[in-house]
Amino acid sequence: MFQVQKSPEVHDVVVIGSGAGGGTTVKVLTDLGMKVTLLEAGPMLNPNKDFKEHVWPWEVDHRGVGPNAENYFGKDLYPFGYFLAPNGYWDIPGEPFTVAPGSEFKWFRSRILGGRTNHYGRISLRFSDYDFKPQGFDGLGTDWPITYDEMSPWYDKAEEFIGITGTHEGLRSAPDGKFLPPIPPRVHEQLIQRAGKKLNIPVIPSRMAMLTKSIHGRAACHYCGQCGRGCRTASAFSSSQAMIFPAMKTGLLTIISGAMARELLVDSAGQVNGVSYVDKATRTDKVIRCKAVVVAASACESARLLLNSKSPKYPNGVANGSGEVGRNLTDTVGHAVAGIIPALEGTPRHNSDGIGGMHVYVPWWELDKKNKDFPRGYHIEIGGGFGMPQIGSFRNTAAKAGGYGPKLKEEINRYYGSQISFAGRGEMMPNKHSYCEIDPVKVDQWGIPVLRFHWQWSDHEVKMVKHMHHTFTDMIDAMGGRVTSPDIPEFTAQSVSVGGEIIHEAGTCRMGDDPKKSVLNKWSQAHEVPNLMVVDAAPFNGNPDKNVTLTIVANAWRAAAHFAEEFKKGNV
Amino acid sequence: MEHTSRRELFKIIGSSIVLTTSGSGVLSPALAQHVHNEVAAVKSLSGGANYVPKQFTPHNFETLKTLSEIIIPGASDAGAAEYIDFLSSRNDELAAIFNGGLAWVDHYMEKNYDADFLKASATQRTELLDKLAYPANVTPATAQGVPFWTWARNMTVDAYYTSPAGVKDIGYMGNQVLGSFSVPQEAVDYVMQRSPFARQA
Repeated sequence: MFQVQKSPEVHDVVVIGSGAGGGTTVKVLTDLGMKVTLLEAGPMLNPNKDFKEHVWPWEVDHRGVGPNAENYFGKDLYPFGYFLAPNGYWDIPGEPFTVAPGSEFKWFRSRILGGRTNHYGRISLRFSDYDFKPQGFDGLGTDWPITYDEMSPWYDKAEEFIGITGTHEGLRSAPDGKFLPPIPPRVHEQLIQRAGKKLNIPVIPSRMAMLTKSIHGRAACHYCGQCGRGCRTASAFSSSQAMIFPAMKTGLLTIISGAMARELLVDSAGQVNGVSYVDKATRTDKVIRCKAVVVAASACESARLLLNSKSPKYPNGVANGSGEVGRNLTDTVGHAVAGIIPALEGTPRHNSDGIGGMHVYVPWWELDKKNKDFPRGYHIEIGGGFGMPQIGSFRNTAAKAGGYGPKLKEEINRYYGSQISFAGRGEMMPNKHSYCEIDPVKVDQWGIPVLRFHWQWSDHEVKMVKHMHHTFTDMIDAMGGRVTSPDIPEFTAQSVSVGGEIIHEAGTCRMGDDPKKSVLNKWSQAHEVPNLMVVDAAPFNGNPDKNVTLTIVANAWRAAAHFAEEFKKGNV
Repeated sequence: MEHTSRRELFKIIGSSIVLTTSGSGVLSPALAQHVHNEVAAVKSLSGGANYVPKQFTPHNFETLKTLSEIIIPGASDAGAAEYIDFLSSRNDELAAIFNGGLAWVDHYMEKNYDADFLKASATQRTELLDKLAYPANVTPATAQGVPFWTWARNMTVDAYYTSPAGVKDIGYMGNQVLGSFSVPQEAVDYVMQRSPFARQA
């Protein structure tokens, strides 16, 4: 017989999701002495066992291609490679989503303690003043109910805790923060800096969540460049290692892993008073009673949970009186171009690992330019250097060189390290055609109704990608290089990354002062349900070209500090 | 530190990780470096003379081993044939590509030279391989061997460069534990002198 297990205990605060938003909430609340219960849909994380840091390909019999040669046949057994940290999936068996006809969308979901922070790129950029108040800047988009100046002290806290490299540049498009020392640019990055100088494009030290010196008991980086594999010394930031593990030692945190939230429960006054979740291991439904809920399940998963929490009081889903839950969905505009640079061929060999990812990057540089044909801008991420050889590393070189024997070896040696890449990461303007909603008929293996996505790029994004493509091509030309990416004769929506592909979803529970037009207030509390908060990227009113994670942490920190005060006063 | 066996190494890693106040495991840089050196000291990945193929007939395995060594000198010792055999034993599509390809090669050699690939002379082998490996030389009679050739070349390249010998040959010097990061000036100078910015330097 189907029986829901209910425990009579009433928990103080239940946090749903353990990534950047959930991890920050757990840290801030337990630091303030509050009791927290954390629900995570995936398993616990054991870095010493789960991270494949420093493993050579030959230590694995399949060398990383997958135990059944999956990668050779284009199957994504490991979305970003076998050696990366356990992170999540593009497709979770038994947990589908649907995409409306005419739309294309990819949805990456993490199911592990720490969520995507275990593997993310760790690029950590503050949003600018105009990102919070775009109406007075160019009249597009929606103002946030908070200003940059209000957010700035929380950015300070986030940066000082996470540890972020960088330099003071005084750029409006890339506000300075509390930085750790930067890391020297690699050879190809110095060449790109010269190209930038020629083209008047600034190439500045990158802002990355890796420790160039030890802070808060976390060891300094040892420069193996494998941050994406997960860092056993926690020298690269993850919410699991830097926030949740320390919180476990306070005795104030209870973690329930393998717990897939089904629905938020409300009392007769319309306040949240519990969470119904699936205990995946036993396939049983359980109910946990609580005084407040913080949802941080990732923008779309959080929207799904709210929309699925229907009751007579909230027939369209809890906190959805405005009808805005699931709306205003955005992702980052992505486009990349690669090239071969003859000047780099035969570079004297050296260890170029450094920190995982780029040591320099290009912040948006045409903020004041008039007559642009697209709004806002993008930053440029840079790739190159002597990477650890992996399955597939030399496939293109071998195909191009042809032949075999010592000559093929020579060619592979010559081209190694001469390839560079530019990836644009730009701002998408929210549009009414891009949103998620509950699919009217489909449920997942837990019986939870799934999301259906609608997606459309606008002309803004297409024109931005065209600008990216020409800029990257010009940079490669300036270095005397040859573009290896396909030429794009005509730019269309197909030239832009697929929606969701850059994994920066935001906007599905936007914040605002007007309850008719927004889901949350300026403290990330639901207008209609003050003891319910959402603290991932769902509250964002826009999705600037400054990757979401740092702002998730700063906003969650600010929200949690405010919530703790209200909770202690008995207001929530 | 003295030489340590692989099994001992992983025991060391397991027992030496200490919990810091932040709760994260820390492997000391000195120990991590030791582990790194030991693992990098692994020389041959070949199964040796007593290797029993998991998927291929002994003849096909021997042919593959010989072919891989021609594609990339050193690939045989890097375990290329064993790598392909292992994955073919776990993937039917891959097994069909290699069994079919190796049979095609032998059939072609018998027909043209009255000897299978292993028995053929180096010149005879080269005659065929040149008609597979260079797109301009492919003939109607060799076109059907090209897809197999591409698989064999790619997987041999993969196996070699993901072996200790291949990593050494290509000159990858990372996967280390460093106290600080720096960029050698000679490498910067080498590139700048070869770049369009040389005159402005």
